[in-house]
Amino acid sequence: MLRFENVGMRYGIGPEILRDINFALEPGSIHFLTGPSGAGKTTLLKLMYLALRPTRGLVHLLGHDISLTPRSELPELRRQIGVVFQEFRLIDHLSAVENVALPLRVANVKQSTIDAHVRELLVWVGLGDHLDAKPPTLSGGQQQRVAIARAIINRPRLLLADEPTGNVDDRIALRLMYLFEELNKTGTTIVIATHNEALLQKFGHPVLRLNDGELDVVAGRTERLEAVS
Amino acid sequence: MRFRADLPFERDQATRFVPWIVALMVFLGALALAAATAVGGAIDRWDTSLTGRITVQVPADQAQPKALARLVDTLVETPGIAKAEALSAEATRALVEPWLGALDADLELPLPAVIDVETDAGATFDVNLLTGRLAKITPGVIVDDHRVWLLQLIRVARTVEWISFAILGLIGLTAIAAIIFATRSGLAVHAAIINLLHVMGARDAYIAGQFQMQAMMLGIRGGIIGSVAAIIVLALLTAMSAGIDVALLPSATLSPTQWPLLVTVPIAAVIITMATARLTVLRALAGMP
Repeated sequence: MLRFENVGMRYGIGPEILRDINFALEPGSIHFLTGPSGAGKTTLLKLMYLALRPTRGLVHLLGHDISLTPRSELPELRRQIGVVFQEFRLIDHLSAVENVALPLRVANVKQSTIDAHVRELLVWVGLGDHLDAKPPTLSGGQQQRVAIARAIINRPRLLLADEPTGNVDDRIALRLMYLFEELNKTGTTIVIATHNEALLQKFGHPVLRLNDGELDVVAGRTERLEAVS
Repeated sequence: MRFRADLPFERDQATRFVPWIVALMVFLGALALAAATAVGGAIDRWDTSLTGRITVQVPADQAQPKALARLVDTLVETPGIAKAEALSAEATRALVEPWLGALDADLELPLPAVIDVETDAGATFDVNLLTGRLAKITPGVIVDDHRVWLLQLIRVARTVEWISFAILGLIGLTAIAAIIFATRSGLAVHAAIINLLHVMGARDAYIAGQFQMQAMMLGIRGGIIGSVAAIIVLALLTAMSAGIDVALLPSATLSPTQWPLLVTVPIAAVIITMATARLTVLRALAGMP
């Protein structure tokens, strides 16, 4: 599904943010990504969702060597990745329906299909009464559910969540985790970046632990991880 | 007229002046094109109306009917001349009337006799040779070939015409520069959403298409404003010049066939605006991974 080999990343002529990153995610696995602030979690996630290209090393995603993949083919790969951002990144002037429909519109999906699927998903995440609401009128939890719905609307093969529990209370954080586990059961590979040690302990999934730009891979209780040595 | 955009263009301050840039471009462009078209039309009229004629002047003291008849015969026999006709004394007096006023027929004013010569289309003459031949019959004959001074006039008019087109081009280039600036500003303002769309798998053409549609809307708005302003000014000029009767000066008015040509200006402005916005965005997005 996703494999990093000796990946290094620096911005411009600055120091390396990430050094010699090696790991592999099997299809259908679920992992936590953790580490102190400034360790490079967001940069690693950006490399995973192809917002950045590594300055060295190889990234293999869905059978493609990203460094050899033409730029024109990357949008198709990106459409198979869903991203839940920490700050949600909803578009304020679009309604909940329109925000969630965006990945489908970008992929030129027929409007009738969009209408049917988007409303169904928003109802499923408990926002059936807020279909036409604009993000600024929604609560933090509701915005987060819109963001998650947007990330999964096109049935991504890889779902990346950046601190999804960072802005919600423990009860909602648990509900979110159960939601991610439900999605994982449908075959979606999931990486959840979090600071929340309690969640790591409670759910026991394998952990990618970043420290000062270097990655340690810690097998979890679920033992789904196959790290590349 | 609105379209559904992912990007909140209505909050974009930089694009607010784009309709006014387009309006100015269309207004000035339409005036420049009208000027070029009017001058071009005048050149065509001069070409067709005057190049087919030359005039022969015979000094008053040499203008006996017999001599005039010999001159006319000689002219008619000259290859390339279709027709030659000596004007009557009344017709000659009528020619100078605009400058000297109505002349009394009995007045002893030594007016030269005039032979009006019509040439075949495209015929060329050596004026000196023709003058020499006619002078052997009647000394002091002057051959006026209108083409000599007309060609100079046409050269000046052509220069004016090309300057008008150059101004039209400069207006277009200035507008393109302003639209590039506005589009780049829009890219900076909407960078967060553009990044989001990019991460979702939007192709560059999808994002550029949004800017292009927005540019089209702004261009149409500006095109309408500029066209209306240009039509008002040109209609005023047409009305003002209607009473002026100066044969040689190009008419400031446009013919019914020339008015539709002005429609091309706002259409071109909208196309330029759209294409500039699209290419600017595509070029900027090409730098993204």
